[in-house]
Amino acid sequence: MKRRDFIQNTFAGVVMPTLLNGLSFKAFGNVDEAAIGDGNILVVVQLSGGNDGLNTVIPIDKYGLYQNARKNIAIPQDKLLKIPQADTLGLNPVMTAFQTMFKEGKAALIQSVGYPNPNFSHFRATDIWNTASDSNVFVNNGWTGRYLAINNPNYPTGYPSTKYPDPLAIQIGSVVNTALQGPVQSMAMAISNPSSFYNLIANKVESTPNTLAGKELKFLREVANQTNLYANSIQGAAAKVTKQVTYPNTSLANKLKIVAQLIGGGLKTKVYYVSMGGFDTHSNQVNTSDTTTGTHANLWKTVSDAIKAFSDDLVGLGVSKKVLGLTYSEFGRRVKSNASGGTDHGAAAPMFMFGDLVNPIVLGKSPEIAASPSTNDNLTMQYDFRSVYASILTQWFCLDQAYVDDVLLKDFQPLPLVQVQACGKITANEPITITEDLISNYPNPFADSTTLTFHTKGGHTMIQIFDNIGRVISVPVDGEYEAGSQQVIVNTSDFNSGMYFARLQNGEIQQVHRMVK
Amino acid sequence: MSQFYSPTAIQGGIDEYKGEWKVAQISHLLKRTMFGSNPDDIAYFQKRSVSQTIDELLLTPANPEPPLNFYDTVDYKDPQGIKFGETWVNTIYGDGTVNSKRKASYKYWWVMQMANQKRSIHEKMVLFWHNHFSTEINEVDDARYLYIHNTVLRKYALGNFKEFVKQITLDPAMLKYLNGRLNSKNAPDENYGRELQELFTVGKGIGSKYTEDDVKAAARVLTGFNINNDRIVYNFNINNHDITDKKFSTFYNNTIIKGGITQAGAEKELDDMLTMIFEVEEVSRFICRKFYQFFIYYDITPAVEKDIIEPLAKIFRDNQYEIKPVLRVLFKSQHFFDTNVYGAMIKSPLDLVVGTLREFDVSFPLQKDFVQEYYNLFGEMMRQGQIMQQDIGEPPNVAGWPAYYQAPLFYEIWINSDTYPKRNQYTNTFINSGFTKNTKKIQLDVVAFAKKMPIPNDPNKLINDSLEILYKVPVTTEFVQQVKIDILLSGQSTDYYWTELWDTMISKPNDTNTLNMVTTRLRSLYQYLLALPEYQLS
Repeated sequence: MKRRDFIQNTFAGVVMPTLLNGLSFKAFGNVDEAAIGDGNILVVVQLSGGNDGLNTVIPIDKYGLYQNARKNIAIPQDKLLKIPQADTLGLNPVMTAFQTMFKEGKAALIQSVGYPNPNFSHFRATDIWNTASDSNVFVNNGWTGRYLAINNPNYPTGYPSTKYPDPLAIQIGSVVNTALQGPVQSMAMAISNPSSFYNLIANKVESTPNTLAGKELKFLREVANQTNLYANSIQGAAAKVTKQVTYPNTSLANKLKIVAQLIGGGLKTKVYYVSMGGFDTHSNQVNTSDTTTGTHANLWKTVSDAIKAFSDDLVGLGVSKKVLGLTYSEFGRRVKSNASGGTDHGAAAPMFMFGDLVNPIVLGKSPEIAASPSTNDNLTMQYDFRSVYASILTQWFCLDQAYVDDVLLKDFQPLPLVQVQACGKITANEPITITEDLISNYPNPFADSTTLTFHTKGGHTMIQIFDNIGRVISVPVDGEYEAGSQQVIVNTSDFNSGMYFARLQNGEIQQVHRMVK
Repeated sequence: MSQFYSPTAIQGGIDEYKGEWKVAQISHLLKRTMFGSNPDDIAYFQKRSVSQTIDELLLTPANPEPPLNFYDTVDYKDPQGIKFGETWVNTIYGDGTVNSKRKASYKYWWVMQMANQKRSIHEKMVLFWHNHFSTEINEVDDARYLYIHNTVLRKYALGNFKEFVKQITLDPAMLKYLNGRLNSKNAPDENYGRELQELFTVGKGIGSKYTEDDVKAAARVLTGFNINNDRIVYNFNINNHDITDKKFSTFYNNTIIKGGITQAGAEKELDDMLTMIFEVEEVSRFICRKFYQFFIYYDITPAVEKDIIEPLAKIFRDNQYEIKPVLRVLFKSQHFFDTNVYGAMIKSPLDLVVGTLREFDVSFPLQKDFVQEYYNLFGEMMRQGQIMQQDIGEPPNVAGWPAYYQAPLFYEIWINSDTYPKRNQYTNTFINSGFTKNTKKIQLDVVAFAKKMPIPNDPNKLINDSLEILYKVPVTTEFVQQVKIDILLSGQSTDYYWTELWDTMISKPNDTNTLNMVTTRLRSLYQYLLALPEYQLS
């Protein structure tokens, strides 16, 4: 990594007694940069198919608009699960396990996470989330892979080593997620399924047919197992854990159970990926007789129960402080439901994080919903998913910001998502509560121009204007500003008539304002 | 012979196979007789019958152009003035430096012949005979000798075995390798006389009963033959020849070979000795067993000996040791096409290396424009085989590579905790980044391969059709589904998403984003499939 030498010679923590948005930030100088964050583990749960965020986290403060936009699949308001972090939203009624985690302060929610100019193809969108690229840039390696390559540029040559005796990353699944692809090599090993995992720890080989080819296949598989350089460390870690909590009998829960077993057994692997499919709910995502049940409800019961069991298991294994979890899906779904009782490919969606040291907040406001939504309406992004990644890198893996830019390919502002003690670094440990509107426009509706008024705390400030699909139409503000109130006139003569969203980003503060032409 | 392992015996004798002729059968035949089963070759032979296909595979292609000077650089010129891009095979030895460069040229060239093989068994036969009449490049140590030796292998690979043995006996590289040139009446060197019987003709099966005296007698027959280093042909020195009569054992029917007193007389002695050896039926059995173990399976059970080896050996003898009639019957047999034979063999390193690049139709830079890169890229292929323990031209000893003969492991010898990961690294690298020499890169084109499948926009068919070419062992439906969902569908459960992506790529050939999405997924798919143990089987 090009900045490595520079970074290594730079003082890590800087005392910066700044007051930021009413919160004091503190920094710890002289921290042992090498030691902190070393034992921290990230578990990423991929929800394939594009999760319908609006039926996962339902806006109570805009319930009427929500209900209007999706009459055939709306969940009754009185069934929603309240969480202490915000009274403006409710969780899908099946997510009781998640509700408990919010109450216990072990879960966080980030509203409307996406990226500019969203792509609606599963493949492309999945690649964008995994590679952390802009939507018009093709990158063939992934964000966690690039992160792991910083300290392990020559992997797998010379691995396992005394310093890194265990896999750097593990994919529970047959194929390693693109997110774990490093600049040269994949940084992870795959454990293809629970049965192959048990074969690995029991040193057994899959059954082979009783044929001449079967005899050679058996031999080859035995050698392949022996040549798994990490077989011993994985077997050793797994053997140390003999007692785990009871998990639900679902594929996701079984995968997370393996992850807990390996973490509990002391494996030093830093990143785990597990995945679950089925979120592509184009039709019949609820039972019409009872919209609190059906396909989408079943999916979230599975996710929520599995993660809660995993979380409890980590506590029992005494490793819960070492683990941070994250859910993501390649996109959310449209605001308006379709006639088949489902929702089509959309843009931004909520993300969940979990763990003992997560900052247990709800970040962001309920998404904007139009009174008469069109079929193309999407949730406008409030947070870039790479800001979530930046938060994990800086606040959980304790990575210097200069490296973060390399990993995420450009500068993304971290959000306060992890408690300070994880890295002992500059992070807010309380939610940013913004009650005032930091951005407004006049006139609204507008014709050929409108004046944006915005408040900045100083420093880099950006305003992007999105259309209802999520495309960036204009970036009228993008630069360094003095603290205070500012104005900018936007020429809107080229805009088609319709709904627009002005998104203000100023450090970790992000706010979306709705406008109409 | 002993029975090493036969959970279920291979069915069928040498009667002609009249069953199905589909991708499964064709790719089986091609994987065994060529290097890999290339989709275009499969399509070509699908239009022909089994019999026509095998007849065509048994044709000897035209001689290849000889190896070239690819090694001249700004700082180094061939000391004999052989120009860059011209062949060095007719020049003088030169010095050790240029010889080592020519040896490299020769080895790279040989792998090049494998990769560029015509639709013929010929190149596989050259490898078979190289393993049979084993020589080592570093022992022979003269690139010109090696090239001439190679032309003998090529000329007789599908020719007459008896004539082949005579030519090999007088081949300069062999005269050097097994010390025939040092074999003289006062100090007979028995090396070649022994291997001629033990390894090249009679073998050491239970039907082989030649004696130590037979070894000595054979050595005496061959005294006086050495090498004319200027013309690189054998030379005869009557002063070194043992002109006395040579008496052989009862195994050879107490044959007495009359001592010759001229070169013609000595050559007649050799002919007479070969006639004597070839009178022994064990010769035909020994070679047929080697064919069987190289092409079919290693285990010569009593049933195989009786039902396959015996009748083939008779065909061999009845045809005066012509090679083709034997192979024709063997490959057309019901036995060869029995499904139990499919996948029962572990690919040799060269089969894996060359087979993979042929199955994926890797395109190399043009030789005429990029001689150096062209040779060096084949050099990389040669080196891949080398690190997996099959270094072309350098078998470990005169018996060839142990994987072809050593009981009870046979092909399993190729696989160990060092070589298995190297096989995976090879296919991974070939798919993901390719091999580069001086900015010229060769890489598996996974999209081009997928395009050759009948219905590539159907993810199930794409995987199944690919597997039909790449694997010779069945996989479960669950396996296909898992690979499809995890890789081609990126976790989705709807096949249509792949169909849509593929169709978009076809309809918008300039849309690099879509091409990239397809490419990434196909690379993952084929990387996964080629790394599994199943791909190591032929």
